[in-house]
Amino acid sequence: MIPANFDYESPRTLSEALDLLASREDAKVLAGGHSLLPAMKLRLAQPSMLVDIGRIGGLAYIRESGDQILIGAMTTHGEVAASKLLLRSSPLLAQTATEIGDTQVRNRGTIGGSLAQAHPSADYPAAVLALDAELVVHSRKGERVIPATKFFTGMFSTQLHNDEILTEIRVPRTPGEGTAYKKFHHPASGYAVVGIAVRLKMSGGKIDNAVVGITGVSEIAYRATKVENALRGKPTTAFADAATHAADGVEVLGDYFASTEYRQHLAEVMTRRALAQAAGGKR
Amino acid sequence: MAKNGKASSNSKAAHWVGKKLKRKEDPRLIQGISHYTDDLKMAGMVYCVLVRSPHAHAEIKAIRTDAARALPGVVAVFTGEDTSAVGPVPCAMQMPDLKVPRHPVLGTGRVRYLGEPVAAIVAEDIYTASDAAELVEVDYEPLPVVTDMEKALSSDTAYVHDQFKSNQAFTHTLKGGDIETAFKKADKVVSQRMINQRLAPIAMEPRAVLAEYLPGENRLTVWSSTQIPHLLKTQISVMVGLPETAVRVITPEVGGGFGSKLNVYGEEGIVPWLSMKLSRPVKWNEGRRENFLATIHGRDTINDVELALKKDGTILGLRARILADLGAYHQLLTPLIPQLTALMHAGCYKIPAIRIDIVGVFTNKMSTDAYRGAGRPEATYNVERIMDIGAHELGMDPVAFRQKNLPQPKEFPFTTITGLTYDSAKYQEALNKALKLAGYDALRKRQKAGLKNGKYYGVGVSTYVEICAIGPSAATPAGGWESGTVRIEPTGKVTLLTGASPHGQGEETTFAQLIADELGIDPGDVNVIHGDTLAVPYGIGTFGSRGTAVGGTAAFMATQKLKAKMSALAAHLLGCKAADITIGRGRLSAKGGKKSISFGELVMAAYTAHSIPAGFEPGLEATHFFEPPNFTFPFGTHIASVEVDAETGEVKIDKYVGVDDCGNVINPLIVDGQIHGGIAQGMGQAMWEELIYNEDGQLITGSFMDYVIPKAHFFPEFTLDRTVTPSPVNPMGVKGVGEAGTIASTPCMVNAVCDALSSLGVRHIDMPLKPERVWKAITSAQSGGMEPLPPELSSRAKRNSSEKASKSSTRRRP
Repeated sequence: MIPANFDYESPRTLSEALDLLASREDAKVLAGGHSLLPAMKLRLAQPSMLVDIGRIGGLAYIRESGDQILIGAMTTHGEVAASKLLLRSSPLLAQTATEIGDTQVRNRGTIGGSLAQAHPSADYPAAVLALDAELVVHSRKGERVIPATKFFTGMFSTQLHNDEILTEIRVPRTPGEGTAYKKFHHPASGYAVVGIAVRLKMSGGKIDNAVVGITGVSEIAYRATKVENALRGKPTTAFADAATHAADGVEVLGDYFASTEYRQHLAEVMTRRALAQAAGGKR
Repeated sequence: MAKNGKASSNSKAAHWVGKKLKRKEDPRLIQGISHYTDDLKMAGMVYCVLVRSPHAHAEIKAIRTDAARALPGVVAVFTGEDTSAVGPVPCAMQMPDLKVPRHPVLGTGRVRYLGEPVAAIVAEDIYTASDAAELVEVDYEPLPVVTDMEKALSSDTAYVHDQFKSNQAFTHTLKGGDIETAFKKADKVVSQRMINQRLAPIAMEPRAVLAEYLPGENRLTVWSSTQIPHLLKTQISVMVGLPETAVRVITPEVGGGFGSKLNVYGEEGIVPWLSMKLSRPVKWNEGRRENFLATIHGRDTINDVELALKKDGTILGLRARILADLGAYHQLLTPLIPQLTALMHAGCYKIPAIRIDIVGVFTNKMSTDAYRGAGRPEATYNVERIMDIGAHELGMDPVAFRQKNLPQPKEFPFTTITGLTYDSAKYQEALNKALKLAGYDALRKRQKAGLKNGKYYGVGVSTYVEICAIGPSAATPAGGWESGTVRIEPTGKVTLLTGASPHGQGEETTFAQLIADELGIDPGDVNVIHGDTLAVPYGIGTFGSRGTAVGGTAAFMATQKLKAKMSALAAHLLGCKAADITIGRGRLSAKGGKKSISFGELVMAAYTAHSIPAGFEPGLEATHFFEPPNFTFPFGTHIASVEVDAETGEVKIDKYVGVDDCGNVINPLIVDGQIHGGIAQGMGQAMWEELIYNEDGQLITGSFMDYVIPKAHFFPEFTLDRTVTPSPVNPMGVKGVGEAGTIASTPCMVNAVCDALSSLGVRHIDMPLKPERVWKAITSAQSGGMEPLPPELSSRAKRNSSEKASKSSTRRRP
């Protein structure tokens, strides 16, 4: 449980951090440290330099901008979960953050850190996919905006380059939508065995639009487009049948705690329950 | 402490025993201002890191340590060849035909379990030592791995120890009564195979050893996180080859053990030897990963249990065949634990015939050994599960079935057919109290009503008896007595030196309470010292719920000797007979109460010795070595109420009731705390915890990301109560309570979940009852007890079947 030797830098500005990051091939960004530090203690990760972005001012915020809400990458899960702005205008992200880890984890872990880590069972990926969020990244070359649907490229892998820092997450307002995040917790790690993020727009007893983001089920979080399509224009009685498509077209993970078969079954059950919860909510 | 600071003489409350005093230990522990072994630092101290095998079974072809030695800051690197004179790691068990392989402190020639140490690095700091460990190159040639007990006993197997030409380490049979006839005459025989899974003890503080050898003085001091400082001192002297008089063991704060530190580990040989070799203090601190790999594990048995029954619910006999996975080597008590399992299969019932056959099996895994309950949870699980299955098959309520077979209070002391004599009990009283607290009838009504709405409620009951106060010396490998020395210092403050070695049990408080009552002083004036072999007379230690019943009794008896001495001196000074002296409320008074002397004056008189009776030895100190005449047998009833989500297999625990009888209670707060922790740990086994080795002997659940250690919010509030049936075995009437919760709660939970699903045709589910397992049990029962349906069919079929089940289940429930 003793990490290998590494250099530690705590820059005060983003540009300083980007310079440091670019200076070393195997430098790593340290945000909340909840995934990286345990990996280093087990020597599964041995970066030669940590660039701690925790002391850069202005990376933790939740604010409105036009029809979007902007969340700074260093905003903790606890801050996201408690944000009145999010709960009022775009609650799904806050609902998701509430289900992450425990109080201590939520007080230290950050949204940027979690998304950049791209753990296959992390909670946020389901929500940012369902929200069609935009992820803003910076490097010395400037800024680029990556749609959430393009961001995740595999287990622990994203579009982020080594010299880039994720700085902001942009989510739309979701007026008139029912939203829900339904999670089956792994009792040891607290990660999602299955996590289902749902947005539901109803009119006249029919489903106008349903969006379903799913995490934990496969190597990479995904949009359950077959479920979404099966619901369009249908009444809520279609939930059960639509939910059977929750894991269609993906390779389902299996491990000692939840086999492929069981995880697939959970994906269906939890999707149905998430849809029902979203339909029941008045937002 | 509530009354702390009050002068002894003002102590109106003569009865500290029975009071809910807050623990003396807590302020320092809660504030984190006391010292564990890893907190200790010595001048010139160096750090040890062990290189451990990544293979479960392999030939060591070569070890190259040059690169590690060359790293600046590295002091020394040793391999098994260098340490062949150290050890071996001891096993205390002696039994006929027990195969005992030599257990080296560092794996030599061959490694036999994942995490077996093969080299020891010593460096100036822990970081350098850890870096150097990565530079040690070991050429391993992997060998076939033995992980499955049944395969290990087949003809087609590799051997963990080639020299034995078998993986069978021992067999053990315990029998009483005519078992053949019992099963021949039975109206009904129920049988069940039950797996008692492997567990990690997970003490909050992992192990740690600090050793300082002073060559000039030829004195070795070892600080270790252990439950048995004196036994460890003896074993260290043997392992490193020093006279026992040169070795001192100190246990600073010990952050829990649960049996895992009732042991002597290779590290407790290597680290002192390194200090002797290098003439520097050496510290080794176990990381959590090492703790999972290389601290003993608990349980891991396969149990085939059968019950012979008459139609009316009378038990005729119980038979079990048990395979016990011992791991690769024997640790201190490895072969003993399955024998304790055999011992307790009579449960708290009248069973006229019992036969238990146990086979101990070597596998390429870490050793199993004592883990909270140590053998009794396994036995109680077998008995309480087969009782529920029996009740179900007879169509009887599980409570009525139990009531029919419990011995009555007048039958005590009650001797089981396998030869244990239960000291005292009122089983029915505890059972009835628990039924009332749980609202048993209402729970049954809710269960029935729930089935109409597709809700699966279950009620689990376990009536248990356990064996504590370990134990009479004849029945224990290293002696089962305990020592206590009580010394009243010249200022009137009292020091108790106890051979018990509390590590979370609160005995600094409870022992002070009982001595305070005896001497008529305040518990704040009694300082309990333990865990230093130079200060404390030889003792056995804390395990097996023995601390208070044996160690407390030793302290109590030593206090009686002192009281006699004080009475003699008081009688001399007051001019009366010693028999006429009463001690209490800070004074020693002659009969009639006219003449008295304060406690302080009397103590001072004993030390100044200006006026003492003839033959009176100055000073006030007495020692007693207490040999218990029998074990004690605490008991009780636990009841759990659960709801199962039949769609996901998740279990919601909505009520948990425990009524326990541990004899007289010294501190109700501490007793409740022990029960709370015990229930949590027992439920942990029932619901969540499991160490899984795969076929290659790799540990799949070797971290807190995978091994489910339950958290506070997993539990409902525990509703606790007790009955009090004093034990006749010791003068205080106490029994022991450290393991009761663990023993009772495991079968209680499994009974509750299986009860919830019995209407669906589920008979038994093996632990832990993780959601997938529960779900599979349901789907399997619904598809006629077949294997689960293939994945492509299961989802829809399940939905159909659970709908069917909820519709039809009310009819099918007996």
